[in-house]
Amino acid sequence: MNDKSTFPGGVHPGSSKNLTKDLSIKTVEAGDVVVLPLIQHIGNPAKAIVKIGDLVKRGQLVAEQNGFISSNIYSSVSGKVSGIKAYAHPILGTSQAIIIENDHKNDAAEPIHKRSLEDLSEEDIVNIIKTAGIVGMGGAAFPSYVKAMVKENNQIDTLVINAVECEPYLTCDYRSMLEKTKEIIEGIRLLNKAVKAKNVYVAIEDNKPVAIQQIKGYLYDKGATDIEIKVLKTKYPQGGEKQILKAILDREVPPSKLPLDVGCIVQNVGTCLAVYEAIVEGKPLIERVITITGKCVKRPGNYRVPIGTLLQDIIDNACRGFSEEPAKIISGGPMMGMAQYTLDVPVIKGMSGIICLTEKEAVSEREGACLNCGKCVDVCPMNLLPTRIARAVKFDKIIEADKLFITDCMECGSCTYKCPAHIPLVHYIKIGKQKLRKIQISKK
Amino acid sequence: MKEMILSVNPHIHDNSSTRSVMREVIIALIPAIIAALYFFRIKAFVVISSCVISCVVFEYLYQKTCKKNITVKDLSAVVTGILLALIMPPALPVWVCILASAVAIILTKQIFGGIGCNIFNPALLGRAFLMAAFPTMLTSWNNPITLDVVTTATPLGLHKFTQVLTGYEPLFFGNVSGSIGETSALALLIGAAYLLIKKIINIRIPFAYIATVFIISSITNKIDPEIYAPALFNLLAGGLMLGAFFMATDYVTTPITKKGQWVFGIGCGIVTMIIRLWGGLPEGVMYSILFMNGFTPLINRVTMPKRYGTGDRE
Ligand code: SF4
Ligand code: SF4
Repeated sequence: MNDKSTFPGGVHPGSSKNLTKDLSIKTVEAGDVVVLPLIQHIGNPAKAIVKIGDLVKRGQLVAEQNGFISSNIYSSVSGKVSGIKAYAHPILGTSQAIIIENDHKNDAAEPIHKRSLEDLSEEDIVNIIKTAGIVGMGGAAFPSYVKAMVKENNQIDTLVINAVECEPYLTCDYRSMLEKTKEIIEGIRLLNKAVKAKNVYVAIEDNKPVAIQQIKGYLYDKGATDIEIKVLKTKYPQGGEKQILKAILDREVPPSKLPLDVGCIVQNVGTCLAVYEAIVEGKPLIERVITITGKCVKRPGNYRVPIGTLLQDIIDNACRGFSEEPAKIISGGPMMGMAQYTLDVPVIKGMSGIICLTEKEAVSEREGACLNCGKCVDVCPMNLLPTRIARAVKFDKIIEADKLFITDCMECGSCTYKCPAHIPLVHYIKIGKQKLRKIQISKK
Repeated sequence: MKEMILSVNPHIHDNSSTRSVMREVIIALIPAIIAALYFFRIKAFVVISSCVISCVVFEYLYQKTCKKNITVKDLSAVVTGILLALIMPPALPVWVCILASAVAIILTKQIFGGIGCNIFNPALLGRAFLMAAFPTMLTSWNNPITLDVVTTATPLGLHKFTQVLTGYEPLFFGNVSGSIGETSALALLIGAAYLLIKKIINIRIPFAYIATVFIISSITNKIDPEIYAPALFNLLAGGLMLGAFFMATDYVTTPITKKGQWVFGIGCGIVTMIIRLWGGLPEGVMYSILFMNGFTPLINRVTMPKRYGTGDRE
């Protein structure tokens, strides 16, 4: 397929990736403490299995998966458990976390498995992914083993590897693809040993020609035909699961359904790398690549950091601080990420980047009156009428907002990005969703 | 560390604003303003400046008296003033311009709640009001450049009442009688191209509108070329270019859905042609757009986009 496909709607926010896209990944040591929130994934919080005062090794299980949708958590350093208490959390505000005093000895625990690759059945692969505590590394942080575990009645024909990275500023996936091509491709193959999809696609935007060449080179040098690269148009939110599937397969995931329901599984490239390391190296998920960037960061870059490292430590040590005081710190991308109230917050499994904006870059204009221009409608990838939903929420007409399918909104931010009246549409939509949930609960 | 800003995503914006949109529209209208000044000289200058100044003043005074936020900085009143002036005959006295501005800004826009809330296009309703109140004043035209006074002698009027066809060249460049800003198709098309390139407007409404006029007038011209003017004449004469690119694309008073925008454009084209072919007036652009403005809420309701992942809206 030569003509590049895409999805309807969307915006072109400009990439801002130049700050970090040519900087190779550097490994960063953790600071004197690491903070491991018990919830770093969608689902139930993990259950702590260590006590205050316990000595732990790097790669030792410290909190156990609790329920079907949950995930194991490992210590990313060796040292002593100094507390189990509420701590700042990049998404939830605060959450219970295990605090570990780093002894900087990096004493490693036993690998999570020692079996040879040939012996592994598909079930073993799913189990290793589960044991390693791997979750979606693109931000959603859904436990990966659940997706890999194909249920009888679901006919999965397609595995899509999300290498789109459509959020401006972020380059961690891009750098991983350049520097860990082999590991990622082998990770995809291991994953597909469990999934057994007929078609395996790597979806990537056309603004990353070097990565495309590199992956093609690796695959075609060996004459492989099991994985196909799908080059997509550069447009935000091309990396949304529903948008990728629309673009490459022209399949639409029905409301409140999953890609699984249309025969697909979507996994992020970072996840594939983690799968490789877990299966081939026996390594649990204790570190990840993260982009730290922004004009005010002295040394922006792509860093491989232990999970649980405090942002302040990374900024001070690896990034050499700020050249100008930032006014806004965002965890994730600038379109969907979450503003942080402090830097005293740990890196978690699903954190793909930290973006620091100066006062000038961050301050937005005051909300004006809706002009009815329809730009929000034009760009909404979910075919919604954002202006109408926001107005319904503003006047507290939650049922009307529901009838306008407020719950379909993926909060991609395209509408607000375009709105000339600077109406915080996503803000209203979030409020509306919360209120709707309350109404639905009280009805039950 | 100082307090962090904690707003909800997205954290970046394309940097457009109501003001920047209006500024682009004003820039796009500059060729038409220059053409107006060239063809109608001092008279155009008087009409344009009195409309713009009074629109801005009325907006300011209304908001001041009603203790509302003063929004004249958003430049929307300037745009209304220019558009209002461009659809006026050249010889209009200043006080009539002021009256029309009051109707446009106060009665059409501000009473309904200000920008974004009005149902009808303010400039068009201002002119429609004058048409009803002072019909003779609104049908006395001046020849371009010489400024001789003529009666009912716009190209459309000439054709409708005397079957005289004006040449395409003067129609294209604007050397004909008519409202001060509608005569030069060239100037308007330059402005329209600018708005399209800058993505301030999209092509849906103007294209649907102009194509509909083209198709209907081609057919009627085939049927009886004696009575019905050719298609190209229908495109260039009268206010179609100004109406299609600058009035029917007004954000506030036209549909927000893509399908609705097609419907709106086609509707404008049909109504324009009905008036031009069989109505008592030579020109139908103004009334057709106002008529369709009235249907905008309904059009929006029946052209909701298909729900993602389903066959329809259910
Ligand atoms: S309404 Fe939701 S899905 Fe649509 S553009 Fe806005 S944030 Fe994205
Ligand atoms: S983009 Fe903003 S101003 Fe335009 S219709 Fe949507 S909410 Fe209204």
